[in-house]
Amino acid sequence: MEKKTYVADVDRGVYDIINTEDHRFVSDKGLTEDIIREISREKKEPEWMMNFRLESLEIYKKKPLPTWGADLSELDVENIVHYVRPNTDMQTSWDDVPEDIKNTFERLGIPEAERKSLAGVGAQYDSEVVYHSIRKELVDLGVIYTDMDTAIKEYEHLIKPYFMKLITNRDHKFSALHGAVWSGGSFVYVPEGVEVEFPLQSYFRLNAKGAGQFEHTLIIVEKNAKLHFIEGCSAPKYSVQNLHAGAVELFVKEGATLRYSTIENWSRNMYNLNTKRSVVEKNGKIEWVSGSFGSKVSMLYPMSILKGEGASSEFTGITFASKGQYLDTGTKVVHAASNTSSVINSKSISKDGGHAFYRGLLKVAKGAKNVKSMVNCESLMLDNRSKSDTVPIIDIQGDLVDIGHEAKIGRISDETIFYLMSRGISEAEAKAMIVRGFVEPITKELPLEYAVELNQLINLELEGTIG
Amino acid sequence: MSILKVNALRSTADGQEILKGIDLEINPGEIHVIMGPNGAGKSTLANVLMGHPAHEVVSGEAIFGGKVLFDMKVDERAKAGLFLSFQYPQEVPGVTVDNFLRTSKKEISGIMPMLGAFKKDVKQHMEMLDMDQKYLERYLNLGFSGGEKKKNEILQMAVLSPKLAILDETDSGLDVDAIRVVYETVQKLATKDNAILVITHYNKILNYIKPDFVHILVDGKIVKSGDLSLATEVEEKGYEAFKKSTDVNGAA
Repeated sequence: MEKKTYVADVDRGVYDIINTEDHRFVSDKGLTEDIIREISREKKEPEWMMNFRLESLEIYKKKPLPTWGADLSELDVENIVHYVRPNTDMQTSWDDVPEDIKNTFERLGIPEAERKSLAGVGAQYDSEVVYHSIRKELVDLGVIYTDMDTAIKEYEHLIKPYFMKLITNRDHKFSALHGAVWSGGSFVYVPEGVEVEFPLQSYFRLNAKGAGQFEHTLIIVEKNAKLHFIEGCSAPKYSVQNLHAGAVELFVKEGATLRYSTIENWSRNMYNLNTKRSVVEKNGKIEWVSGSFGSKVSMLYPMSILKGEGASSEFTGITFASKGQYLDTGTKVVHAASNTSSVINSKSISKDGGHAFYRGLLKVAKGAKNVKSMVNCESLMLDNRSKSDTVPIIDIQGDLVDIGHEAKIGRISDETIFYLMSRGISEAEAKAMIVRGFVEPITKELPLEYAVELNQLINLELEGTIG
Repeated sequence: MSILKVNALRSTADGQEILKGIDLEINPGEIHVIMGPNGAGKSTLANVLMGHPAHEVVSGEAIFGGKVLFDMKVDERAKAGLFLSFQYPQEVPGVTVDNFLRTSKKEISGIMPMLGAFKKDVKQHMEMLDMDQKYLERYLNLGFSGGEKKKNEILQMAVLSPKLAILDETDSGLDVDAIRVVYETVQKLATKDNAILVITHYNKILNYIKPDFVHILVDGKIVKSGDLSLATEVEEKGYEAFKKSTDVNGAA
């Protein structure tokens, strides 16, 4: 039999296993005021939240689609099911999670990682979080890690001043949509001076066909506190469109450090239109590690607003675009204060006609002095059919600014493949080695388990490269 | 049985003929040196034998270890025991020397090398080559000096123990001390079962390595073969004398 050539045809293994749909509640397709009210009722939310949802819906209807970036004309939001509640309540023990859902997360390695190397885990299945836990010693230190629904009820005073203040429902069409139909996600609060030694991880799994996932992640790291948060996402493959429009709001207070690591691994029918932002106070630090795999279309530009003096950001991103994929990714950094610094390292790979587009914004606000930034973008194309673009926009209004920028776009070299093959390494493995080496600066930033996952994803993406 | 037997080999690159009928036989236990002026086709011969994609074999054949060499893919040739020390070794960011050596050894030997024994073996060869152990953790050839790259090639040769190692101008870019270390190591690696083909355009390496055969390659052909004395002849007369002999052959 002929070997399958394209990744789209390749069995993506554990990521592609579809569970029978067993829901407690499914909203109708599309978006109406009634649907929004019903979702809010189903969630037993406070009234301010329902009103916020309805306001967002109005804004959504009026906002045009973005005229830049990906072509979204085929995206049919009216046909998306916006809310799917799995047939379970949130559990704090895996034993209480329904068997098929539990198995899904077992296959994705979540409970195992929890036992080995995590301080807490949240697992979302379709629209709701089905499992959440945190180590007791962290609770004793005042760390909160729970799902957003619970957080709104139990910690309303913490949520209300922050919720959709960094990403507002007026920012763009999909932030408005998110405001209207958001569901699930995690809330993390790290009190002043607390350093969380092991990472917390939330995993978002979209199982339902033709559905949307709109989780909201809100993290507050108080003064001089420290946290590493890991977000994972995946969905099995369907022939119909799925939509992911999550929002991540990160508040990094004075002297605090937050590392936010993501490996998004969507199926090829997914529109991934995700918004992530952080605001960093004096001497605080945000570190992004962002892996974008899969999806049909992605538009994702995690943003760092360096608001306080001495604040800093680091962005490390990897994007892998294969057949039929257009991945428009990058990062935005706003230096809004003096003595702020940023480092951006982006790597993209494209193959089989895939298109990887780096879009970045680096802005130095008026009055900001002694700003330092280093931007480094590299792309690797594995064949002649694939495309790669780099559009780094640099807008400087401040003084005494030191900015370094380097962009490299290259094709995988026949000479290098020949060299590796001359040492007994097959062509496929030679390519995989080169690609793994290309992303090595990123994998080495990840905890071991995730570095392994990233390498496995790369191998999966590379399968069938040799026609 | 010979390790390599090349018959009337012709090759082109970009439509241009470079090798114009090469005959060469290499037996176990032999060290051969191919000398010739720049542009004669020495590196091309090395690349064609290894299977560089930019070169096309137009006619002729090569039998390597009893198999038809040109039917084999590059990695299959390596697995069959062919090795090429590159004139310009490629830099591969993100892949450590250690990882690369281990992967190659596994592919070529067909089994995962025993960690302890492998480490010991590598360490021993690195000492022989006067290479710092730190190189194992460095990315393959990235930022290596010319000399370090060449030592790294010979380290691979030592670890992979090929049947036939082709050394393509391994001496170029090396200082005197490095040349000595490298070729003394090569000489030590020579056994009665393997063979080495050294490509060079200087004869100064002959202070450190003792070939059984010397071939003069001019304009895509081996114009003269002999023993070590041929190298002395080159030193005295230069390649010009041999170029003329091609013309004579051509006319004949």
